[in-house]
Amino acid sequence: MDENSFLSVKDLVVEYTSNKETIHAVNGVSFELEKGKTLGLVGETGAGKTSIAKSILRILPNPPAKVRNGEIWFEGEDLMQVEESEMRKIRGRKISMIFQDPMTSLNPTMRVANQIADGIRRHDGCSKKEALHKAADMLEVVGIPKSRARDYPHQFSGGMKQRVIIAIALACEPDLILADEPTSALDVTIQAQVLEMMDELKSQRGTSMILITHDLGIVAETCDNVAIIYAGQIVEYGDKYEIFDNPSHPYTIGLFGSLPDMESDEERLHPMSGMMPNPTDLPKGCKFYPRCPHAADACAEAEIPLTHLEGTHTCRCLKAGRLNETEN
Amino acid sequence: MAALVEISGLKKYFNTSGGLLHAVDDINMKFEEGTTMGVVGESGCGKSTLGRTIIHLQEPTGGRMFYKGKDITKVNSLQLAELRKEMQIIFQDPFSSLNPRFTVEDTLKEVLLRSGDVTRKTLSGEIERLMDLVGISQRLRMAYPHEMDGGRRQRVAIGRALAINPKFIVCDEPVSALDVSIQAQVLNLLKDLQSEYKLTYMFVTHDLSVVRFISDHISVMYLGQLVETSGSKELFAKPIHPYTKALLSAIPVANVHKERKRIILKGELSNPVNPKPGCRFAPRCPYAQEECGRPQELKEIMPGHFVSCCRAAELNGDF
Repeated sequence: MDENSFLSVKDLVVEYTSNKETIHAVNGVSFELEKGKTLGLVGETGAGKTSIAKSILRILPNPPAKVRNGEIWFEGEDLMQVEESEMRKIRGRKISMIFQDPMTSLNPTMRVANQIADGIRRHDGCSKKEALHKAADMLEVVGIPKSRARDYPHQFSGGMKQRVIIAIALACEPDLILADEPTSALDVTIQAQVLEMMDELKSQRGTSMILITHDLGIVAETCDNVAIIYAGQIVEYGDKYEIFDNPSHPYTIGLFGSLPDMESDEERLHPMSGMMPNPTDLPKGCKFYPRCPHAADACAEAEIPLTHLEGTHTCRCLKAGRLNETEN
Repeated sequence: MAALVEISGLKKYFNTSGGLLHAVDDINMKFEEGTTMGVVGESGCGKSTLGRTIIHLQEPTGGRMFYKGKDITKVNSLQLAELRKEMQIIFQDPFSSLNPRFTVEDTLKEVLLRSGDVTRKTLSGEIERLMDLVGISQRLRMAYPHEMDGGRRQRVAIGRALAINPKFIVCDEPVSALDVSIQAQVLNLLKDLQSEYKLTYMFVTHDLSVVRFISDHISVMYLGQLVETSGSKELFAKPIHPYTKALLSAIPVANVHKERKRIILKGELSNPVNPKPGCRFAPRCPYAQEECGRPQELKEIMPGHFVSCCRAAELNGDF
């Protein structure tokens, strides 16, 4: 780990507490992101993906959420240590977030241009008129005609609302974008439009991105590196070729097995059995152990360390790289 | 072979303040026994309305529907009750389609007792059988929906649909609210049940990889109309309609080595209120010409493969 890298998350632990119980949402996540690259965080509902992103921006609702441990180094600064006033200058300006649901993340009582201009005014300190002008330009960038700048969110379709949200996120030209399932509420042809637009903007501006998704297809098309998240831990990490060509964690293999293959005529899918463990009561050793077809006694005993495979490829499994020796 | 369910010229319009909304506009479709017809299209194309109209959750505006050759377009409440034993539906959202105050047992009991084939004596055994059938463990018999995850709830909904041994089931996006690993479990279950009971599915979805996996035939809808229909494999191997092509090319594929050309469509679905005659896809179509403004016809271009595009032959060469 290098404190001088663009973004480096170290040993992040997030818990949600209520009177009765503690939900272990993120359990020691570490990763790094280079400038200009896109990292995909892949996992199912409740894996902790969104909690990781919100920790980076420090927008987790506290209570009930609490960051128990961890450092988040961003351009040489530990975001966990900076003052809230400083953090406000970073949010939107240097790091911004695209939220999942375009229907609920816009203010229904504000014209879209004003919503975009808000962030510009705060960070650039320009006049309202100037900010509105820039906001209209931003709309053009995301493919919405300027003439609609004075419309309200309800006058837009889902795909266009998501474009507005992307315009808000891009308005101050941030260095890092956290995109939380940016297209999962959209239809495929609209999704294709939005993904292509994001790709273009990213390459024009050299923006880095963390893309949260459950869709391995989107990962294959847009990410450089991939982290597979299960029960709040990275169970496998690598560049996309390492992950897609050589999935090594039984959970990753199960994820791929759950996808209907567009090129084969298989009659059955091969999902893993069971479900994600209860996050208030996680298994002691490997979190995937109860569902794993390769589980052995040793898997349940203690935390499983990451095993280095090749290049950047790491895997949190005792049998990493040796799964085929015992079975099949 | 006569189709189990057949619809011809089916229309469902809604009155809106802006005019008549053509949700389903003149659709012909055949559902052969024991097979799955996948109906795909984007939000607002009318695919769910079509499914709901076929099983009489809404009354059609025009056209005719047949079940086992019998006209079921207009039914009285008695006939409808009989029909419901044959035709069932599984809804998209297992969070809102189950009664939150009913346990698994209550949910299944209600349907079983109304069917008339089950007595109080055989009831308990029948509930047990259904729960086993859809893979819900017996310890959840007294569980309420909020105590179960999405996958289990959807299994309960499937159990409820199957309780009275229907022949025809409309599956309205049954797996889109589920995580991939759970989705795969439910898809396998639906396939197993189909082969065991010779069920006929109408599978409504926007997820094309799912539809390819589960369907024998696929119909592609756009703004209330059928644009293309054919055997499932053929449609994916040889899509003809420009909309089908764009739709298929837009699916992100989990393969890092394949460079694919995505066809990016401009614009979005136009408004289905008082549509103009002619091809409804034309405003977004990269190949649109003047002739596309005339009403389009669904033509059989190869055996079993129908396309509604006047430029199909010209754009695709000889079929």
